[in-house]
Amino acid sequence: MAALFDRLSFYFSYPTLQYALIAGVLIALCASLLGVTLVLKRYSFIGDGLSHVAFGAVAAASVLQLSNNMLLVLPVTILVAIFLLCARQGARIKGDAAIAMLSVGALGIGYLLMHVFGTSSNLAGDVCTTLFGSTSILTLTRTDVWICVVMSASVIVVYLLFYHKIFAVTFDETFAHATGIRSNIYKLVLAVVTAVIIVLAMRLVGSLLISALIIFPALSAMRLFGSFRAVVLCSGAISIGCALLGILASVLWASPMGATIVCVDIAVFGMCTFLGWVHRARG
Amino acid sequence: MAQITCRSLALGYDGKRIAENINFTVQAGDYLCIVGENGSGKSTLIKTILRLIPPAAGSIQQGDGLRPKEIGYLPQQMAVQRDFPAAVGEIVLSGCLNRCGLRPFYNREEKALAAANMERLGISHLARKRYRELSGGQQQRVLLARALCATRKLLLLDEPVAGLDPAAAEEMYHIIEKLNREDGISVLMVTHDIEAALQYAGSVLHIGAQGQAFYGPAAKYLLWRSADGSSI
Repeated sequence: MAALFDRLSFYFSYPTLQYALIAGVLIALCASLLGVTLVLKRYSFIGDGLSHVAFGAVAAASVLQLSNNMLLVLPVTILVAIFLLCARQGARIKGDAAIAMLSVGALGIGYLLMHVFGTSSNLAGDVCTTLFGSTSILTLTRTDVWICVVMSASVIVVYLLFYHKIFAVTFDETFAHATGIRSNIYKLVLAVVTAVIIVLAMRLVGSLLISALIIFPALSAMRLFGSFRAVVLCSGAISIGCALLGILASVLWASPMGATIVCVDIAVFGMCTFLGWVHRARG
Repeated sequence: MAQITCRSLALGYDGKRIAENINFTVQAGDYLCIVGENGSGKSTLIKTILRLIPPAAGSIQQGDGLRPKEIGYLPQQMAVQRDFPAAVGEIVLSGCLNRCGLRPFYNREEKALAAANMERLGISHLARKRYRELSGGQQQRVLLARALCATRKLLLLDEPVAGLDPAAAEEMYHIIEKLNREDGISVLMVTHDIEAALQYAGSVLHIGAQGQAFYGPAAKYLLWRSADGSSI
């Protein structure tokens, strides 16, 4: 045990790992907070859809050889998020079809762009990094971490300030609207914040695994608790715990960080389902 | 000045009109039932009164100190998904949101109001329960308590007893009657249940295929029905 701690403290004397830990935990927390609303609003797939769009944008940015691809990726993802979440009820193409269409479309175009115009000699490696995050979290610079901290903090502040309104809009949009809450504005806020989280989380787990950070903690918490506040708090706690465990495990066993975090999330979901089942069986 | 005045109101959406020439007023303390066949535009009337959709023509005015967003709305039984995590207390409190404005959290007064309304409807002991675990009648009382948090003057009820068993429906009608008689809250109720409408309501508005077909005291509604020869 002591040897394990020695090894860990040795590894974490490197700033890259410290950065990864800070960024990973913050991103996981933000994703899980939003996840509760997204899951309940039946938007579980939005994470998938938007992250594929972000992948397409990353590909486009690398083809255009932008020095900082955030400048392109963030606005594009925010626009698509607004389009998906705020699409009017009577839209020609319904929600799930629109998400599916955009996500595979962006994935296809993104890969094609990287393949045709790519300048890198290691195409497979680049694609794999973008899709699964693999090592990119270990290449974070000090500035990246600061950006991540500031953005996560603003997401958390926005969430806390609008918490009661978010609950009202999630539970019963018509009533919320009737009592004068401009639910469209909150949908817009939700869309923008979701897009920000997804662009941040791409560095951590890559664009294919982002959905896991969004949905698993929320679903796990819902197995255990019956009130909205308890679910939000528990979801955040589960997500932080899973991110910490996942990052530590991936460091110790040199496994891919994103995939390890997701596996820990799945294990916790299994445990919560079991606990919830036991609780209900007991009455 | 009446709380709600509808003048030659036409209902519809996407440029399609489904009912025309609706005229009625709601004074403080009134109990008005809105009846009519399916598809005659009752739900659209509710959405128009709540200002969720604009009137196709005519006007709805609010007066007598009733502010635009101060209508306590009880929606039709909604299909809340099975595992939606929402405690009774949280739902009732969310009725106070229209008092908050830009303030992000509830103040003590609003929390007290929510507690008082739960007490009033006899659901205080359920405050920490999950909404989905309640019976239909209890769920409706939770939503009614939420509506009462949003208003002190006017309740707009959309099929408040639909899907309830007879005993629960009876109880719901009694609660509504009490709120109307003792607390002087005006009630505007859309219902299929003509018998109850005649028993409890002061006046009745019947929307037919072409629009308003009858508007007057409940006592005269039966006479009109038999003279009109229509049967439901």
